[in-house]
Amino acid sequence: MAARFLTTLTWFAGLLFFFPVFWMIITGFKHEGDAQTDPPSLVFTPTLDQFRTLFDAGAGPYFLNSLLAAGMSTLLVLGLAVPAAYALAIRSLPRAKDVLFFFISTKMLPVVAVIVPIYVIAGRLGVLDNVWTLVVLYTAMNLPIAVWMMRSFLMEVPREVLEAAAMDGASLVQTMRRVLLPMVAPGLAATALICLIFAWNEFFFSINVTASQAATVPVFLVGFMTSEGLFWAQMSAAATLASLPVVLAGWAAQKQLVRGLSMGAVK
Amino acid sequence: MTTDVIPAPGGQRPSRPLAPSFPAARNTRREGWRRRAPLLPALIFTIIVTQVPFLVTIWYSLNSWNLVRPGSERFVGLANYADVFADRVFRQAALNTVAITAGCVIASMILGVALALLLDRTFVGRSVVRTLIITPFLVMPVAGALVWKTTMLDPLFGVVNAVLSPFGVGDMDWASSLPLLSVITALVWQWTPFMALLVLAGLQSQEREVIEAAQVDGASPSRIFRSMTLPHLRRYIELGVLLGAIYVVNTFDQIYIMTQGGPGTASANLPFYIYQRAFLGFDVGQAAAMGVLVVAGTIVVALFALRMLFRTFAEES
Repeated sequence: MAARFLTTLTWFAGLLFFFPVFWMIITGFKHEGDAQTDPPSLVFTPTLDQFRTLFDAGAGPYFLNSLLAAGMSTLLVLGLAVPAAYALAIRSLPRAKDVLFFFISTKMLPVVAVIVPIYVIAGRLGVLDNVWTLVVLYTAMNLPIAVWMMRSFLMEVPREVLEAAAMDGASLVQTMRRVLLPMVAPGLAATALICLIFAWNEFFFSINVTASQAATVPVFLVGFMTSEGLFWAQMSAAATLASLPVVLAGWAAQKQLVRGLSMGAVK
Repeated sequence: MTTDVIPAPGGQRPSRPLAPSFPAARNTRREGWRRRAPLLPALIFTIIVTQVPFLVTIWYSLNSWNLVRPGSERFVGLANYADVFADRVFRQAALNTVAITAGCVIASMILGVALALLLDRTFVGRSVVRTLIITPFLVMPVAGALVWKTTMLDPLFGVVNAVLSPFGVGDMDWASSLPLLSVITALVWQWTPFMALLVLAGLQSQEREVIEAAQVDGASPSRIFRSMTLPHLRRYIELGVLLGAIYVVNTFDQIYIMTQGGPGTASANLPFYIYQRAFLGFDVGQAAAMGVLVVAGTIVVALFALRMLFRTFAEES
């Protein structure tokens, strides 16, 4: 009896948390007239119009920019973080702990404290409203997490394996490619996923350093906040489409996600 | 220090070059740099992109400079700081930042622990429910904030008022009557899943045998929870609070979308207020001074937090 009650409660909590997402999805399939009713209604004739008109409204370039900024910054992060994590985890560097804490301390630096010079410097360099500026900023944003995560994954590689590779005369690059990478591939995928999620969802840098050319999906969504009132169905369709990639990826990799977000502190 | 064979990076170099009769020392040093080399690109990149702009912020904070008036830049010393300290809105934004961060982290942690305990049982559809619960954390924050502002909290057509209407809530305009609560609600919705998953991982790393032994010894469930589960979870809860706080302190999206810091400045936090001063008021000097003060405040909190983090990771290894 108690068990059944707890199960019902759990299901209720789950549905409650999911409800705004569910509502967002179904509103995207409504006609504009069905989206704003009093009381809100579950009964409506579904339509794909909102999704269709999104791309007529020019959503394409925003998605392309987001894809570029998230994808390129993630590649760059991995390219920088994997060697750094290797040095910190496998080669016992003096003061490795200090370096590690320097990295994480940059995550504690509020971004508002650096946004003004970044804006001014980017303006002087002529790279405002440029997707590559976002790539650089997102790389800096995700690099500390990636170094921490990759380090904790590399720490789990048994020393004997590396010593054996060294005995066999494998070079550094060979050791990394043939021995290390296959062993930490799941960790590498988790790290990449987290970087992609944070970059894809990022709004503050994007709204401040981009305009018409390099703006990303969150900026596109904000464009629905017009003073004349919102087109709820259109906006919900856009919000659904914008969230879809990350939601699907996150569903598929729940365990790695937790491990990654806790920077490897949770097994 | 001078007797060390490997000099610390950036430390004092010997004043005269090492004589060729000390090849071992030179090789050791080269070996040191060779081992350090893979670290350097990431380190240099991070220093350039994060530390250099902050040094520039400090410089800007000592200048009076309005972006829309070219050539208005001049050195004013600490005048910006004096203005910021006298700024009532800045103080309010600081208080709002604390309220939003504390409110969100505490509420989402309490809910997260409750959800984790509920999920840490075997029942039909467990993985489905876990998937449902994690979703708010994955939804793009801008999208989530838009959904909350419109379809959920709208005074006329929102679901929340429709659900609460039997309780006599009527056409409550949440975003302007209770702006902080509205923002915190959207944030708690987003962060509870993260806390729940983290605590769930903690619960599942608990050793079952010990719990069973306690049950055999006749300990009550509430006793087991207080004396065994909660101490075990402490590390996970601390970690969740810390990581949550790092992110929530920088909250911008929800405020930008749901309240624009309003009504007036009632719900502006520091990130949003600095953004307003810099990009809507174009006052670079004052925005920079505020940024420096925020960092100073963060460092005080972070010193304490880093120690906590250090302990968490020290226990791990």
